[in-house]
This record gives sequence, C-alpha cells and structure tokens, in this order.
Amino acid sequence: MSTKLKLLGVDVGSIGDAHGNQNPGARMFRYLDPLTQVYRKIVVSSDGKKLLGAMLVGDNSAYDTLLQYYSNGIELPDEPASLILPQSSGAAPALGPGALPETATICSCHNVSKGDICATIDGGAVDLTGVKGETKASTGCGGCTALLKSVVDHELEARGVEVDKSICEHFAHTRQGLYDIVRVEGIKTFSELIDKHGNPETHRLGCDICKPAVASILASCFNEPITDASHVPLQDTNDTFMANMQKNGTYSVVPRVAGGEITPDKLIVLGEVAKKYGLYSKVTGGQRIDLFGARLEDLPDIWSELIDAGFETGHAYGKSLRTVKSCVGSTWCRYGVQDSVGMAIQLENRYKGLRSPHKIKFGVSGCTRECAEAQSKDIGIIATENGWNLYVCGNGGMRPRHAELFATDLDDEQLYRTIDRFLMFYVRTADRLQRTSVWRENLEGGLDYLKEVVLDDSLGIGDELERQMQTVIDNYQCEWADAISDPEKLKRFRSFVNDERPDPSIIMTSERGQLRPA
Amino acid sequence: MTATAMKKEMDTVSVENSKTWQKVCTKADLVEFSGVAAWLDSCEPPAQVAIFYLPGHGNELYALDHHDPFSNANVIARGIVGDLKGAPVVASPIYKQHFRLEDGQCLEDEDIKLRTWKIEFKGDEVWIEG
Repeated sequence: MSTKLKLLGVDVGSIGDAHGNQNPGARMFRYLDPLTQVYRKIVVSSDGKKLLGAMLVGDNSAYDTLLQYYSNGIELPDEPASLILPQSSGAAPALGPGALPETATICSCHNVSKGDICATIDGGAVDLTGVKGETKASTGCGGCTALLKSVVDHELEARGVEVDKSICEHFAHTRQGLYDIVRVEGIKTFSELIDKHGNPETHRLGCDICKPAVASILASCFNEPITDASHVPLQDTNDTFMANMQKNGTYSVVPRVAGGEITPDKLIVLGEVAKKYGLYSKVTGGQRIDLFGARLEDLPDIWSELIDAGFETGHAYGKSLRTVKSCVGSTWCRYGVQDSVGMAIQLENRYKGLRSPHKIKFGVSGCTRECAEAQSKDIGIIATENGWNLYVCGNGGMRPRHAELFATDLDDEQLYRTIDRFLMFYVRTADRLQRTSVWRENLEGGLDYLKEVVLDDSLGIGDELERQMQTVIDNYQCEWADAISDPEKLKRFRSFVNDERPDPSIIMTSERGQLRPA
Repeated sequence: MTATAMKKEMDTVSVENSKTWQKVCTKADLVEFSGVAAWLDSCEPPAQVAIFYLPGHGNELYALDHHDPFSNANVIARGIVGDLKGAPVVASPIYKQHFRLEDGQCLEDEDIKLRTWKIEFKGDEVWIEG
C-alpha cells in the first residue's frame, strides 16, 4: 500500500513495506537532515536490485520516482542510496513516466499496462477520466491513482496536450493546496489569499471558479456568515441570496425539516406562506418541502414569517450538508430496532451549516430493511440490535454508487466521532466539487486507507479533525436569521435599486392548481 | 416604407438624440465587487441595467444589460464578477457564460454582445447616460 499527502504543510509519503519488517533480509538506507527536517528511507531487497518500500517526511519530491521503481519492479541503480540523497550530491535523475517500458503494469487490479494507456490516448481519450473509463485502470483498489495520472499527464503532454493542475488562472494551486495554505497561515479573506498566493500575472479579481471554492474553504475553516461584506462577492448567486435560482430568475425556498419530522403547525405555516406569496410547492427527495417561484424582493418577508414559526435555513442552496433522510424507526415501526428519526435529527442538527467541497446527504434507517435508502448517501447509517452500522461514500445522481460498510455496531458517541473525522478529512482532501463517492474512488489506498486514517488514526490527526468539526458546530448560526436582522444585508434583496416595481418579465401560468413559469 | 416603420425610425432617432445623463442611485446602493440592477426609463422600452462596482479596478463602474440572452431571465447583476485573461467579466448565474464588463462581449459566443452604457460617479451619486 502506498500513499502520499500533506499534513499541516508537511509532506509525508509511504510506499509498500515502509518499515522493512515484511521482507526478511531487506536492507535499509536512511537519510536525515535535521536542519530542514527531512527524512527519507528506502527498503531494498537483499540483493540490492528491487525497491520494497519507502518512507518520506518533509519532502515528497522523490515519491513518484520511488513508486515507479516499486510498482513496476524496475531494477535499482548501482547505488540505491542515490535515490534519496540531496540533488547537490549527485543523486540519480528522477525516473519519469517516460522511462517506463510499454510493458510496465500500471494498474494490477485490471491488468492495464502503460502500452494499453498509450493505445487509449491514441484512440482518442483526451484526459484521465477518458482513460479510466476506457481501461478501468485505477477503478479497483485505487492504489495506482497517482502513477496512472503521471503516465496519462506525461503521454498527453508528449502529444502536445497541455495538462494544468491549477484550479484556475488566478492560483497555481489545487483546492487541496489552497485549503492547506488557508489553515496553516490562518488567512480569513479572499483578498489576502490572492494578494499573497495569487498568480502575479493575472488581475486580482478572481473568477467564478476560484471565488466560490475559496468561499467554501473559508467557511469550512472559520464558518463566518457568508453574507459578511468580505465574503459576499465570492458567492454563487444561490449562496448570495440563500435560495436556489430557477430558470426564470426566481428562487426556491427550502427550510430545514430535520430528519423529515415536521409538526402539523409548521406544515400549516408552510402552506400559508406558499399561498400568500404564490409559491409552487413540491416535496423533495430529502423529505422537505420546496417552495418555488419566490421573487428576490419577497425572500426576506418569506423568511421572516418562516423564522417566526420556528424554521431555519435548510442550506439547499449551498455546497454543504443538505438533509438527513430517515425512516420512522422503532418509535412506530414493528420492525425497527433503533430510533432512526431521533438519530437523524441529532445528526442533521450537528452538521447543519458545514460547508464542504460538494453537497452532503445522509440517511438513517431503523433496521436492515433500509427504508431510508441510506446506502445511496454520502453517509448512511443502519440500525442494528447493538447500535449503528456506518456506510460511507454512496451516491445517487448521475453515477449511482452504493455506500460501503465502514464500521459496525457503533454507539451514539462513537458514531458522532467517526463521522466528525470522516467528514473533516473529506473537506480537507477532496477536490473542488468532488462528491464523496468520486473522492473515495480517487483516494490512494481506497477504503482500507480511509479506515486507517479515521478509525485507527494512523496519521495522528484524529483529535485535530474532531476539534475542527467542533469549531464549525460551535459557530453555527442560521444565515437567514442573521441576514434579516441586518438592514445592510437586506439591501441586497431588492430587484432594482431605484424602483420597487417587480420584474414584469417574470410571468406565471397555472398548471394542476399551482403556478409555474409561463 | 410603411407609416409604422417610419414612426419607429423617428422614435429611435429621437431617443438617440435625447440620450442624457441621469442619476440612478447612490454609492450606498452598490455592492463592492458585485452587482445591483436598476431601471433605465429613458430607454425605449425601459431597460434593466446591471451595475457593477469594482473599487480600484479600471473604470470602477460598469453598466450593461441585466437581461441574460441565454436564459431570457433578468439576472446578470446577480452573477459572479471576476477577470479572465486580464479583462473584468461577469458570469451569468444561470448557464455561466462570461460577459466582458467593458463592452458586453460574450466570451463563449462571439455573436452575443450585451448593450453597455456610460456610467460614472458624480460625488456619491451614480449617473448613467441613456
């Protein structure tokens, strides 16, 4: 198993038998630089010809080269130590993907060679996704993700295709890189980030790619209101107006209905508000009520009435926790073994307001019949006689994926702690707009690695992840309650700054007893 | 030429001649590095204008059509402002096409261009020529 990551700005990497205790007779080479805090170790076969494992701390520049020696059994140079010695002392040049033979196996799960990958690219694949779709490479254990990417990038570049890992023209960093910078340097605004780390060649405004991504990172780290003046220009229209823009420029409104449990009085309020403001009403897949067709200028009044009735924002507009769907559980159901509704409400209230690389959905089922369809959610929980089974990284949508069993028979506290760690690790390491399912598929080491990090705390970051989550939970506030109490923020909810007449081009017609866009 | 067409042309000419500077709002109505919408009644028919305020960047104020030709909704002022290849742009909040703030040119479709208006501060007031 091999992995490479950055922890609080420190590179760490491990390949194969990193400790050298799985191969009798293995020999080890170590390099330690106490000044720059760099440590490199390689584990070599007894004859000195093959690389069996490696460990890197403080500098991962040798990782890719070492991984190729390891994965493809390439014969080591005469002096293996040269692979980990500093460049100035004449280390061997890096073995790039170009030096790999056509016969080198890249993905052992699906037996894909470098030659197969080249053939796919020659056959028309233009990116990593295309190659993966065609060859299935890296869709098994996921251990070859980085190697595959380096081979594909190299082959594309060799064919004149430019491969750029930057999030956009304003930052020469990935989302993960920006996340680390924000955390390590404690940067709290977009302008500070782009001043210090933006591409000096571009202007300083950012764009519709990097601004929402940075807004999400800042919210994940500090959870300040997204409607604060310094964050407003970063948000997509949905976050700016805390509602979902529909195709005619009106918005839909979705109050939180934790666990899908709602009192008759609150249902009546939803009906009254919908009637008063002429809103089309539909029940969502996440067990809430969606009210469509709200005009921009009506949003504050609609929300005032909803908040007075005890509702709070549902974050349906954000890349954040959406809903925790539940079945009725042991309270009513003759088969239920735990109170799934109670747990769903607990979880929804715990994680509401958590902003993340993409939206997150939960499901909680009260027994193995699984009426809440928890296994199609990012986080799925199924009651057992002894507690809760936790499933992770499921998805409905365009590419459905069943969640995988992650831990069994957890008690309530264990369940919260495990989800805290899991979600924060996702927030930290996922790419922009990457759902947990795709993140999981691209994660080197796959589910086993995820279990090691979250359940066994192999990286020693468990406490930190929990603390971070606690910060988000402690700083939660209903964004709509915050906005309607602030006249400056309310000014944004005018359709026109110089006139109160509504937009005359929003025209509605009637269908099945409700209004819809004409 | 029919009488209606002649009337229309005369109206157009007279509107062009009557182009004047007018106050639409104040600085306090604007949102820094973002947009607001305003009515411009001197146009025929009255136009919805998206006004963007970028303090310290180029002209600082930009005015272009609030109407998004791709979705046919009046939403441009609610898009994200940024710069692409050195030019300030707004991304439509519906289908995400980019329009240059300077001249309204759509970056994804060279045949599409939003109208623009001259706009400037007079003290704390925002004035548009239209």
